[in-house]
Amino acid sequence: MSVNVNESTNRPTNDASEMLVEIRDAVKYFPIKQGVVVKREIGRVHAVEGVSLSVRRGETLGLVGETGCGKSTLARCVTRLHSLTSGQILFEGQDITDLSRSRVRPYRRRMQMIFQDPYGSLNPRRRVGSIIGDPFAIHGEGDRDERKPKVQELMELVGLNPEHYNRFPAEFSGGQRQRIGVARALALKPSLIVADEPVSALDVSIQAQIINLLDDLQQEFGLTYLFISHDLSVVRHVSDRIAVMYLGQVVELADSEELHNRPRHPYTNALLSAASVADPDQAAARQRIVLTGDVPSPVAPPTGCRFHPRCPKAQAICVQEQPPLVARAGDPDTHLTACHFPVEPGEDLTRVTATIPEEERAE
Amino acid sequence: MSADETVAASLTETATGSTAAPAVIPAGAIEGRSPWQLAWFILRKDRAAMISLGFIVFIALVAITAPLLAHWIGYGPTDQDRTNGITVDGLPVAPNSQHLFGTDNLGRDILVRTIYGTQVSLLVGVASTLLAVAMGVLVGLAAGYFGSVVDSVLSRAMDVVLSFPFLLFAIALVSIYGSGLGISVFVIAFFTWAAVGRIVRGQTLSIREKDYIEAARSLGAGDMRIMFVDVLPNVLAPVIVYTTLLIPIAIVFESTLSFLGLGVVPPTPTWGNMLSDSLDFYQVAWWFPLFPGLALLLTTLAFNLLGDGVRDALDPRAGRLSQD
Amino acid sequence: MSLLEVSDLRVSFRTADGEVQAVRGVSFDLEPGRTLGIVGESGSGKSVCTQTLLGLTTGAKVTGSARFEGEDLLTMTEDELCSVRGARIAAIFQDPLSSLHPLYRVGWQIVEMIQAHEPVSRAVARRRAIDLLGSVGIPHPAQRIDDYPHQFSGGMRQRALIAMALALEPKLVIADEPTTALDATVQAQILDLLLRLQQEHGMALIMITHDLGVIAGLADEVMVMYAGRAAERADRRGLYYRAHHPYTNGLLESIPASSGAGARLRPIPGQPPSLIRLPSGCAFHPRCAFAMDRCRTEQPELAVVEESPRHTSACWLPPDLLGTNEQVKEDRRAASAAGRGGVVEEGAA
Repeated sequence: MSVNVNESTNRPTNDASEMLVEIRDAVKYFPIKQGVVVKREIGRVHAVEGVSLSVRRGETLGLVGETGCGKSTLARCVTRLHSLTSGQILFEGQDITDLSRSRVRPYRRRMQMIFQDPYGSLNPRRRVGSIIGDPFAIHGEGDRDERKPKVQELMELVGLNPEHYNRFPAEFSGGQRQRIGVARALALKPSLIVADEPVSALDVSIQAQIINLLDDLQQEFGLTYLFISHDLSVVRHVSDRIAVMYLGQVVELADSEELHNRPRHPYTNALLSAASVADPDQAAARQRIVLTGDVPSPVAPPTGCRFHPRCPKAQAICVQEQPPLVARAGDPDTHLTACHFPVEPGEDLTRVTATIPEEERAE
Repeated sequence: MSADETVAASLTETATGSTAAPAVIPAGAIEGRSPWQLAWFILRKDRAAMISLGFIVFIALVAITAPLLAHWIGYGPTDQDRTNGITVDGLPVAPNSQHLFGTDNLGRDILVRTIYGTQVSLLVGVASTLLAVAMGVLVGLAAGYFGSVVDSVLSRAMDVVLSFPFLLFAIALVSIYGSGLGISVFVIAFFTWAAVGRIVRGQTLSIREKDYIEAARSLGAGDMRIMFVDVLPNVLAPVIVYTTLLIPIAIVFESTLSFLGLGVVPPTPTWGNMLSDSLDFYQVAWWFPLFPGLALLLTTLAFNLLGDGVRDALDPRAGRLSQD
Repeated sequence: MSLLEVSDLRVSFRTADGEVQAVRGVSFDLEPGRTLGIVGESGSGKSVCTQTLLGLTTGAKVTGSARFEGEDLLTMTEDELCSVRGARIAAIFQDPLSSLHPLYRVGWQIVEMIQAHEPVSRAVARRRAIDLLGSVGIPHPAQRIDDYPHQFSGGMRQRALIAMALALEPKLVIADEPTTALDATVQAQILDLLLRLQQEHGMALIMITHDLGVIAGLADEVMVMYAGRAAERADRRGLYYRAHHPYTNGLLESIPASSGAGARLRPIPGQPPSLIRLPSGCAFHPRCAFAMDRCRTEQPELAVVEESPRHTSACWLPPDLLGTNEQVKEDRRAASAAGRGGVVEEGAA
C-alpha cells in the first residue's frame, strides 16, 4: 500500500497567511463526575481526539458527522467556548489556545458563531434591537443612539424589516430569528463565522433562504465559514471542502465535489447513501449501505479504527491499528482518508462483509 | 408501483364557500409587545387579582395618609379618650358614632390604631421582602451561574438558614439587640431570603445552559454582563411571583413578632400587638381583636390572590388555550 | 370500503391572540395496506390533522368526520377511542424518549400494552414482546427487554416504539416524523424497517414529514399541506416529477441536492402565514411567484389536473402546467400574466 504522507496542516502549497484557522492535534475530553459532596472523575467523554484541520481564508469548510461525533465540540474549541485538553488552535497565525479570557476578547470580534436553535439562541426577554446591538455594547462601540442606525443597517442587510427593531424574538418566525442570529454574528465584521447547524431547525423552504443569505454575505464581506451540519446535502451545497467526522476524529477530508464523486472512507460512503433524495426513481434504484448498530459510546471508543465495529470492510488490522489521515493511492493530495482499506471506485459496499476474527471483535 | 396504477385514495376538499375569505389583516399587525406587557394583558382579565390590587393600592394610600386620617377622625394613635373611650368599669367601648371601630382597654380608638398598624405592616412587609429578594437574587444568581465551589458554599449556607427555627432565633436576636422596627425587618428578611435564593439558583442553572448564554459568551460578554443582562430578566418572572407571595408572609411574621412582644415597641400600634392586647378582653369586646384581625386577613388574602394572578399571567404553561 | 375516510376536517384552537385555524377543511381517504405521505412545513396542520384522528387534540374545536372502518373517530367516546388507539390504529412519534415512560422497563411497557387489549397471560405477552423487539432489529432482545428506555440509543428507542406500535397488528400506523430526530444512517435503517414491516404485516401507513426526501421511496401517494389545507395530492411519481402547485415545486427546488453544489437555491420567498390572520384567497398567494388577481380573492379547491393516476391540485393555474422545467415556468408566467386583471368577472361568478 503506497501512502502519501502529507498532513493537511503543513502541505507546502499553503503558506501561513492563507490559513485563517489552524487546528493542530486537538483533543478535548469531558470528565464524567460522580459523587455528592466530593466529585470524583469516573470516566471521560472522548469528544474530540487528535483532529488537525485548517481553514483557509475565504473558503467554507464543511464539518459533517452524526450526533456525538464531536463536530460541535470542535467548533466550540475553535471559538474558545471550550478550552482544549491538548493541542493548539491558531487564529491568523496567533496561538489562542491558552489565552486568558481578557486576552481572547479581541479575537472574539473576529470570529463569531451562528447557533442551531433560532429559538434558544435569542434571549426571549430582550428586544431584537438590543440583541443585535449586543456585540457593539460588549465591545464598547458607541452609545445606544449611535448603535441604533448600525443595527438597523444590519437588519436590512439580512432581510429583516428595520422597523421591527423594538420587537421581541417571540414575534418572529423561525427563519426570521435565524436572520437575527446572522445579523448579530455580522455586527463586528468578523473574518470567521462558525455556523453550528444553522439551518437544521428550519423548514426546507426557509432553509434555502438562509443558505442563500449566508452565500451572499460571504461574497460581499469575504467571510470564511466553518459550517457544521449533519446533513450532507446541505454541507455539500455550501462547502468548498468537507471534513467528515466520526467519534471525535476526522475520517475523510476532501474538496466538496471530490468527496461526493469519489468517497473513499466506508463511513462517508454510508452517509452519502443514507442521505434522503427527493426523487422516487433514484430512491428506488439506490442501494443503501445500511450500517449495523449504533454509534459506540464516546466514553469508551473502540480500539484501532473507531469505525471498525460498524464497517462492512473491517479486517483484523482495523481492530488493532488506527489508520492515519493521509492521501491514499490514486487520490489528489488534497483528499485525505483515514482508512486501511479505502473504498475503490465502483466497489459495491452493500456486498462486502467484514472479516474480523470473532475473538477480535470489540463490543 | 407503476404510475398508471389507479390511485387508491382520492382527496376531495370541500370548503364551505371559498368566497368567505378571512378579512385581510397585514402580517405586521401585531406590534412589539414585551413578555411583561403580555403578562399584564392576561393579569388585567383576572378579576380576583385586579380587585386585590385595588385593595392593596387602597391600604397603601391609607398607610401613607394615616396622620391625615387620624387628624380628620380626631384622635391620635396613642390618645386615650378617658371620657368616652372607656367604661366606668375600665372596659373598652363598643363601636359607636364617636369611635366607629370601638376603643381598646386604654380608651384608644381602634380605627385610628388599625390605620396606623397598616403603616407598620406594609413597611415591614415590603421592606423585609425587598431586602430578602435582593439578597436571594444575588446569592442565587451567583450560586447558579458560577456553579462548583461557589455553588456548594452558597447552597449550604441557604440550607443552614432554611433549617433554623425561626421563632427561637427571633427571640434570641431580640433579646440581644432589643426589639424594634429595624430588627423586625432584618429578622424577617434573614429567614426568607434563602427561599428566594433557591428559586433563583434553580432557574439560573437551567438558563445558564441556554444557547443565548453561550452566544453572549462567544461575543465576549463578561460574567457580570451575562448575569445581569441575560440571566436576570429570565429569572425575574418567578421572583416577582414569589415576591407577591412573600409580602403577606412577612406581614404575618411581623404580626407574630409583635404579638409575642418581640416586634415594634408599644405604644406604636401594629396589628400584631393590638391582637396581643385584645387577648384579655375578646370575651367582652369582640371588636377589639376583630378589626386588626380583619385587616391582617384581608391584606394577606389580597396579596395572595394577586400573587396567584401574577403567577398565572407569567407562567407560560398556564394554558394559553382557553377551553370552552 | 376505504380503511379511513376523512372528510372536511376542520380543527381550530382558541388562544389569547385569537382563533388558530390549524386545519381548514381537509378530506382524504386511505385504502388498506397503502402508504400515504403527508408533507408540510411547521404550521401546515399535518400533525394536528392526525392527532385529531387519535383524539389527542384536547381543547380544540373539531368539525367534519373521520370514518375508520365505518366508525366515526371524531364522535367516539374516550373509552371507545382507547380501544381503537394502540389496537387498530397505532402511532409512532418523533421523539421516542418522551413516548416511552422513563421509569418502566421497555419490555414491561410492551407487555402492558398487549395485556390492556388482549386477554393473554404475562408469559405469552412477554414472549411476543421479545419476538417483536427481535423483528424490529434490536440485538439480543431477550436481554434488552428488561432495559430502561434511557439504556437504549435513539435509534433503538425508535425501534422499540415501532415494536410497540406493531404489537397488536394494527390496521393503520400513523408515523409522525419518525426519523426526524435521528441521524442519517439510523434514519435509513428505520425507513427500511418500516417499509419491510409494512410489506410483512400489510398495514396502512400514514407518514407525516417535513422532508420530501424521506418519503420519496416509501409513499404510494403524497399529500402536500400548506396553512391547514391540502395543496396537492398525487401518486408519488406524479408529485415529484409533475408537480402542479407552485408550493410543491418550491419545496422541491429548495432542497439543496436538487440544484447541484454551488448553484444557487431557489427558496420560496417570505414566511409561512399566521394561522390566526390568514391571507385572503389562496393562503399561498403572498409567497407565490405566479399569483394572479383571482388568487387574492378566491380560495382554490382541489381540482383534477391529471386523470390517471389521479392527481389533484388546489391552484388556479391551468391544469396542464405540470413539472419543474423552465418551459413550464415560462408557461406559468404567461398564464399568470394573462390571468392578471382578466379574471375578475370570472372570480365573482
